[in-house]
Amino acid sequence: ASLRGPVLLFFCSGIAWLLLGSLLGTLAAFKMSFPHLLDSADWLTFGRVRPAHLNIMIYGWASSVGIGVGIWLMARLCRVALRHRGLLMGAGVVWNLGVLIGTVGILAGQSRSIEWLEFPGWATPVLFLGYALIGVWGVIMFRFRRPGHVYVSQWYLLAAFLWFPWLYATANTLLIWQPVQGSVVGAVNWWYGHNVLGLWFTPIGLASAYYMIPKVIGRPIHSYYLSILGFWSLAFFYSWNGMHHLIGGPFPAWMISASVVASIMMFIPVLTVAINHHSTMRGHFQYLKWSPTLRFTVVGAMTYTLVSLQGSLMAIPSLNNLTHFTDYTIGHAHLGLYGFFTMTMFGAMYYIVPRLVGWEWPSATMIRWHFWLATSGIAIMVASLTLGGFLQGLELNDPEVLDFLSSVRVVAPFRFIRACSGILLSAAHLVFAVLFIRMLLRHGVRQVGPALFSAPEKPGDLPAV
Amino acid sequence: MNRLPLLFVGILLVFSTSWIGLVAYPYLNLGHLAPGTSSDGLVPPPMTASAIAGERVYAANGCIYCHSQQVRPAWLSTDIQKGLGPRQTVARDYIRQSPTFLGTMRSGPDLSNIALRQPLPGWHYQHLYEPDMVTAGSIMPSFRFLFRVQPIQGQPSLEAVTVRGPHAPPPGYEVVPTQDARDLVAYLLSLKHDYPLPEVPEPPKAKK
Repeated sequence: ASLRGPVLLFFCSGIAWLLLGSLLGTLAAFKMSFPHLLDSADWLTFGRVRPAHLNIMIYGWASSVGIGVGIWLMARLCRVALRHRGLLMGAGVVWNLGVLIGTVGILAGQSRSIEWLEFPGWATPVLFLGYALIGVWGVIMFRFRRPGHVYVSQWYLLAAFLWFPWLYATANTLLIWQPVQGSVVGAVNWWYGHNVLGLWFTPIGLASAYYMIPKVIGRPIHSYYLSILGFWSLAFFYSWNGMHHLIGGPFPAWMISASVVASIMMFIPVLTVAINHHSTMRGHFQYLKWSPTLRFTVVGAMTYTLVSLQGSLMAIPSLNNLTHFTDYTIGHAHLGLYGFFTMTMFGAMYYIVPRLVGWEWPSATMIRWHFWLATSGIAIMVASLTLGGFLQGLELNDPEVLDFLSSVRVVAPFRFIRACSGILLSAAHLVFAVLFIRMLLRHGVRQVGPALFSAPEKPGDLPAV
Repeated sequence: MNRLPLLFVGILLVFSTSWIGLVAYPYLNLGHLAPGTSSDGLVPPPMTASAIAGERVYAANGCIYCHSQQVRPAWLSTDIQKGLGPRQTVARDYIRQSPTFLGTMRSGPDLSNIALRQPLPGWHYQHLYEPDMVTAGSIMPSFRFLFRVQPIQGQPSLEAVTVRGPHAPPPGYEVVPTQDARDLVAYLLSLKHDYPLPEVPEPPKAKK
C-alpha cells in the first residue's frame, strides 16, 4: 500500500507516453510510404519524428513502466514497506520532466543523432538525476529486506538497477558531455544501445516473468540451478553483444568477433530461461484461457526466446550481411521491445494494478480486445518488416543491381503494411488506456472475483488472477 | 546467492569486463588517432567551419536514420563492388567528425563518398528541396524548410535553386537556400575518402 502513489505515477505517465509514442511511430512509418506527408514543418520531418518516437518509447514508456513494476516486485519480494514515498514520487516527476524536455529538444532540432541517446545534453542530466533517486530505492529495499530466501527476480532487478546508471553515465560522459573522437563513438554507442535492451529492459522483463508465471499457476519455478546459470550467463554474454551492430565497421576485428561470439553464446541464457519457464508451465497451459496476466506474460516470455535466437543468428557475419542496414533489423528491435518487453509489462500491470487500487478490471472484453489488437499488430508489423527487409537486403547486396531505388521499390508495399499495423497497436494502447483510467476511477460494478477471459470449467482451476 | 555483497560485486565485476573491452579499449586505442599525411597535406583534410555547422544540421534532421556512412571491406560485402567508395573506411577516416554518423540503416544510399558521386552543390540544393525532382521515385522527405521562397527583386539571386515542374515557386518568386542548407551541403561535399592511408592500400581499380 505504501507503493500506491509512486507505482501508479510511473504507470500513468508510462501509458501517456505510450499513446504519444505510438502516434509518432505511426506517423514516421506512414512518412516512409508518403514522403510528402506533413513535410512543410521542420519539427515534423521524418528525421525528428523517428528519434522522438524511439526515445519516448525507451525512456517514457518502457523505462517508466519497468521502474514501476521493478519497484513493486522488489518491495513484494523483500517484504518491506517503501520509506520516504514522497521522494520517489518526486523522482518520478523529475524523470518525466527529463523525457519531456528531451523530446521537445529533438523536435526543436537539438537531437544529437546518436541512436538511443538523441536527447540533447541539457536534458540527460535531468534524467540521470531522476534515475539516481529511483535506482537507489531498489538497492535500499534490497539492503533492508526481511531475512530469508532471495528469489531469482530479485537478482535480476538488483542487477538492472545497478547496470543502468553505469551505462547511462558512461554513454553520456563519452558521447555528449566530453565527446570522444571518431569511430569510438560507434563502439560506445552500441555498447550502450544494446545493453539498454539487454541489461536494463531484459532483466526487468525476466524478473516479472519469473514472478508472474509461478504466482498465477501456483507452483514453484522448475529449477533453481537453471535460474543461476541463466542469470550469470546473461550478465556475461549480453554485455559483450553491442558490436554486432557494426560488423564491417571501422574497428579492430577482435572487437567485432568478440561480439559475434558473445551473441551466439546468448543461446545459453536464453535456452536456460526458456526451459525453466516451459517446465514450470508444463501441464498448466489451460490457465492461458483465463488469466490475462499469464497470457500476456507467456506470450512475452515465448517471444523472448524467439527474438533472442533470431538475434544470435543475425550476428553471424554471412547472415548479418543480408539483414544489416535493412528493415529486418527494425523488425527485430520491435519484436524485442514490444513482443517481449511490452507484452510482459502489460501482463505485470494486469496483476499489479488491482492490488494497488483495490478494484478489479472492469471489462474482460476490453482486455481481450487489448490482447488481440496488440498481438496481431506486432505480428503483422514484424512479419512485414522481416520479409520486406529480407528482400531489401537481397537488392542491397546484389552487385548486379546498380540502381539503388530498386531496393526502395521492393520494400515499399511491406512498409505500407507495417505502417497500418501501427494503427492496430495504437488502437490496442487506446483500449488499454481507457481500461486503466476506468480502474483509477473505480468505474463499473464491484466484482467478487478477478476479471478472467472466461469462467473455468472446474472451480478448483481458478487461477490467482 | 542470498548475500548482497556477493551479488553486488559479481554483478558489477561481470559487467566491467565488457566496459573494459568495448569502451575503455577503443577509447585508449582509437580515441587519439593523428591524421596521416599525403602529398596534398593532412588526411583526412580538416573540415571547413561551414561543414562543421552542416554536421549539426545533419544531426538535427536525423539523416542518419536512413543513410549510413561506412564502406565495409571487400572480403565481407559487396559495398565496394556496388560503388559506395574506392576503399573500405577505417577508424582514421572519422577523426574529424563529432559525432560520427556510422549509421545502421540504408533506406537511402550510403553517404561516405557522396561528394565523389555528386560533386555539384546545385544538385544537392535541388535534391534537398525536392528529392523527387532529381531522383524520380525517391522516398526522401523534402527539406524545403531549409529554403526560403522570396519575391525576385531586380536580378534573380545568384544562389537561386533551379526548381521546375509542379514544385516550382510562383512566377516572380525564387527559391534560395538558408544558411543551414548551405552548411549542410558544405558538409555533404566534405564526405569523400579518395585519399590514401597507410593502413588501407587502395584495392585494384577494376571496379564495376
